[in-house]
Amino acid sequence: MTSLDTQRRKDAQQSKPVRSRGDSTFAGLSTGAGILILLVLAGVAAFLVAESLDAISAPAEEIAGGEGVWSYVGPLVFGTLVAALIALLVATPLGVAIALFITYYAPKRIAATLGYLIDLLAAIPSVVYGFWGLAALAPAMVPFYAWAEDNLSFIPFFAGPASATGRTMLTAGLVLAIMILPIISAISREVFSQAPALHREAALALGATRWEMIKMAVLPYGKSGVIGGSMLGLGRALGETLAVAIVLSVSGGITFNLISSSNPSTIAANIALQFPESSGLGVSTLIFTGLVLFVITLAVNMLARYVVNRRADFSGAN
Amino acid sequence: MAKRIDVSDLDIFYGNFKAVEGVNVSIEPRSVTALIGPSGCGKSTFLRSLNRMHEVIPGARVEGKVVIDGQDLYGSDVDPVDVRRQIGMVFQRPNPFPTMSIYDNVVAGVRLNARKMKKSDLDDLVESSLKGANLWNEVKDRLDRPGSGLSGGQQQRLCIARAIAVQPEVLLMDEPCSALDPISTLAIEDLMTELKDRFTIVIVTHNMQQAARVSEQTGFFNLNGVGQPGRLIEFNPTEKIFSNPDQKATEDYISGRFG
Ligand SMILES: Nc1ncnc2c1ncn2[C@@H]1O[C@H](COP(=O)(O)OP(=O)(O)OP(=O)(O)O)[C@@H](O)[C@H]1O
Ligand SMILES: [Mg+2]
Repeated sequence: MTSLDTQRRKDAQQSKPVRSRGDSTFAGLSTGAGILILLVLAGVAAFLVAESLDAISAPAEEIAGGEGVWSYVGPLVFGTLVAALIALLVATPLGVAIALFITYYAPKRIAATLGYLIDLLAAIPSVVYGFWGLAALAPAMVPFYAWAEDNLSFIPFFAGPASATGRTMLTAGLVLAIMILPIISAISREVFSQAPALHREAALALGATRWEMIKMAVLPYGKSGVIGGSMLGLGRALGETLAVAIVLSVSGGITFNLISSSNPSTIAANIALQFPESSGLGVSTLIFTGLVLFVITLAVNMLARYVVNRRADFSGAN
Repeated sequence: MAKRIDVSDLDIFYGNFKAVEGVNVSIEPRSVTALIGPSGCGKSTFLRSLNRMHEVIPGARVEGKVVIDGQDLYGSDVDPVDVRRQIGMVFQRPNPFPTMSIYDNVVAGVRLNARKMKKSDLDDLVESSLKGANLWNEVKDRLDRPGSGLSGGQQQRLCIARAIAVQPEVLLMDEPCSALDPISTLAIEDLMTELKDRFTIVIVTHNMQQAARVSEQTGFFNLNGVGQPGRLIEFNPTEKIFSNPDQKATEDYISGRFG
């Protein structure tokens, strides 16, 4: 390597790239915003950890239930995941189907109205969903639960005994599904409608039917958007408090039986129900469950990121 | 399997706007037909009406007749999907499916047409189509990589491979070389000369030399003014168009004395 080369390299390192004032201002602002998010996140995490230390270090007998924080939080985690999973499994296909119908099948006027109505679902407060679930959906589901107990009890989910009120895990999951449907369908609709005409025409010109065109050029393009939308929905379902607190009949621990009246609660609903009557160690225990929820949500989001990025080469973004 | 295309009294609309008017032409099988003309005169629109791609645009419609080997493309019992399976198309901008590998891009049309094919047959088809499109040597070691990772010219040849893999009867190409370097352009022109033994080829081009080099017949589209529909002014053997065309407008356009 000649000295000239080294010199040139040094120059390249030292001389700053030319940048406009606006560019560097904006770079500063956006970096600041990014750092702020991290700080807030770290602050919340630090608060949760500090406040739950009492409960973690307390002797097991002193925690509600008498078997320590982990046994306390276990059924809650389970309930949270089951309710959110039911919501996700129901809302994602439904949301994607609605989005496809609106973007590629429905006549313009119907599409616009339907899109508007779905968006409206997002504006309804969760307490209303809770009462709707309690007063309308739960009773309506009772006959189905009775039928499922008689005919499907070989599936663990429908083992029974069927709830007489309908306030089951499945009902709670369905209420959550309706609550997260607008997010999933709105984001799916957005990404589907942006599938490039270039590729849609490529598919059609090869002799694809509309559905085949959607499979070739729309769904692959929108996949990461759909996953992102589902994860946002999942986040909402995991954290939803009031609707679950109102709908779900809580007693008992971990069970895969979705149609009985003894269900584990969810973390968020449990905090809402227990917090007013708690003090001291009880509060600390609840905050610990909040920390667990925080970690779960973070993990879910990272998992989603990973899934979205795994095949970034093929995403169509390049 | 090449087919003859007869177009009579064809008017093409975008909503209420008449983009092309009164086209009457007969396109010979096993030959290359070039369409030339100024920008906006309706060449792409006409080309897309030959495989019923025009109507995928909302509000777009066609009046008149397009007959391919005795069958009216716009007959009420004709499924546009079937038409497009027989008439391949290559677009101006390369459009391989970005979410598919090179391999899957080539067989995308075949998978639609005939679902069940042995892996070895598919492999052979991929090889022969890519060889046919002059791309095999460049991509044979990375067939499982995304098609969007290729250069523009390679992507366009991938699109040609995809179109010829289904063995269409007619191949429509809308300015297939406009984004390509001279070497890729020559490769694609050679390809057309090769392919015309088997296919009927219609190509839109802004490149006069290209039209003169590859085509047997040339059609000249023109329009009288903004907002007016485009018309097929002259359709003749390429030699005649470029030596002594019937129409003054054609001569002006070709010699660059246009407008
Ligand atoms: N999607 C569309 N909607 C409405 N009008 C359109 C559409 N596409 C094209 N047109 C109009 O139809 C006429 C013909 O357009 P076309 O694209 O066929 O021209 P062209 O001859 O292919 O031009 P170029 O050489 O620039 O590609 C133009 O007036 C154009 O504005
Ligand atoms: Mg054009």
